[in-house]
Amino acid sequence: MGEFDYSVIFDNIPFLIDGLKVTFLLTILAVIGGMILGTLLALIRIAQIPVLSWIAAAYVNFFRSLPLILVIFWLYFLVPLFLGRPVGSFYSVLIAFVLFEAAYYSEIIRAGISSVRSGQIAAGRAIGLTYPQTMRHIVLPQAFRSMLPVLLTQAIVLFQDTSLVYVVGLKDFLVSAELIANRDQRLVEMFVFVAIVYFIFCFAGSLYARHLQRKLAT
Amino acid sequence: MNYNWNWGILFRDPYLGWLVDGLFWTISLSLCAWVIAFSLGSLLGIMRTSSSRVLRLLGTVYVELFRNVPLLVQLFLWYFVFPELLPDDAGRWVKREMPMPALSTAILAIGLYTASRVCEQVRSGIEAVGVGQQNAGKAIGMTEPQVYKHVLLPNAFRIIIPPLTSEFLTIFKNSSLALTIGVVELTAMTRQIEEYTFQGFEAFTAATVIYSVVTFTVMFLMRIVERRVRVPGMIPVS
Repeated sequence: MGEFDYSVIFDNIPFLIDGLKVTFLLTILAVIGGMILGTLLALIRIAQIPVLSWIAAAYVNFFRSLPLILVIFWLYFLVPLFLGRPVGSFYSVLIAFVLFEAAYYSEIIRAGISSVRSGQIAAGRAIGLTYPQTMRHIVLPQAFRSMLPVLLTQAIVLFQDTSLVYVVGLKDFLVSAELIANRDQRLVEMFVFVAIVYFIFCFAGSLYARHLQRKLAT
Repeated sequence: MNYNWNWGILFRDPYLGWLVDGLFWTISLSLCAWVIAFSLGSLLGIMRTSSSRVLRLLGTVYVELFRNVPLLVQLFLWYFVFPELLPDDAGRWVKREMPMPALSTAILAIGLYTASRVCEQVRSGIEAVGVGQQNAGKAIGMTEPQVYKHVLLPNAFRIIIPPLTSEFLTIFKNSSLALTIGVVELTAMTRQIEEYTFQGFEAFTAATVIYSVVTFTVMFLMRIVERRVRVPGMIPVS
């Protein structure tokens, strides 16, 4: 191994930033999509609607038993088949992440909703709100506030998980770095750099999650 | 949607054999990685709850480092970067002469990564046992290692069976990442079947069913174990 060559990093900063943008875009869209679908699943499970609640539970347990890579392969294969034409891998991957992460978000949100005391629901019903109104105006706002640190932690996990788009070659941060690493034969520099960048974002995020946790506890 | 169904393909030579081989490597990889994750994770968990400041700090640094870098990046670091940092001979041995370099690297990377997660479970288990029991042990004259051996750990491990089960299942699912460095485990095998036969639906369904069945079987068995060893009066950590 030669000297550690910083120039390979600095010379390719614009290319790497483009990759990082894809990583962040995918993370943000998957967090939003995953949380919406996850909330829906959690509400269905908590409302104990016959059949539907059972389906929601089966969905969550099923997706939690699968490796994310397999789900990515599934959607990468299925989406073009259903649409009858090739679409960019970004959309297949995004759908895979939303479907997969919703199962995990649903469990977090369900726990958050259960942590709101049942007296709150009774109080909401007592002042004449319907069940959906009680959920929307009383339970969910409190639940989401108490869940914020855990939701953030899950977002960090998702941010790390997006690196798995490597298996379909979507040009995210890791794939961009790998392309340069192979082209310039600078694997050591690029992978160490990638690890440091991921570490900084995730560590900062986890510190902030811990800060939120402390603020909630007081 | 135009698709030619052919479920029979899964039971035909050589594809059935591929699936069996893939499952074999997935399970072997998972079990080996679990040995590393469990032993190192327990050690780190003890370190993080010990009275020594240095040990606590070391444990914390380990957890933060391994938890905040994506597993796939860690896998690449071990596979592509680590051999380069070794002296020439050692590097060559790791890269080529070591038995099954890709598989061994995957076991190491996944094991070390999961150790940081197991550590946190062990730590929360020890904390759940409580300071009272710890003090009680000390009060009857036990040393710190004795308190861990006879009081804290036997209780802690019993209450963290559910989270440890899910950590093992995390390894089982994460073992699929090994395909990125060329280990042909279950997911890689089904991908290969898809590429050879264009029967992606059947191939991925096979993998999906196998992963689910193994996961639910492990969960079912561990629930029985958990009930058998439950500490009376203590609620398992979920």
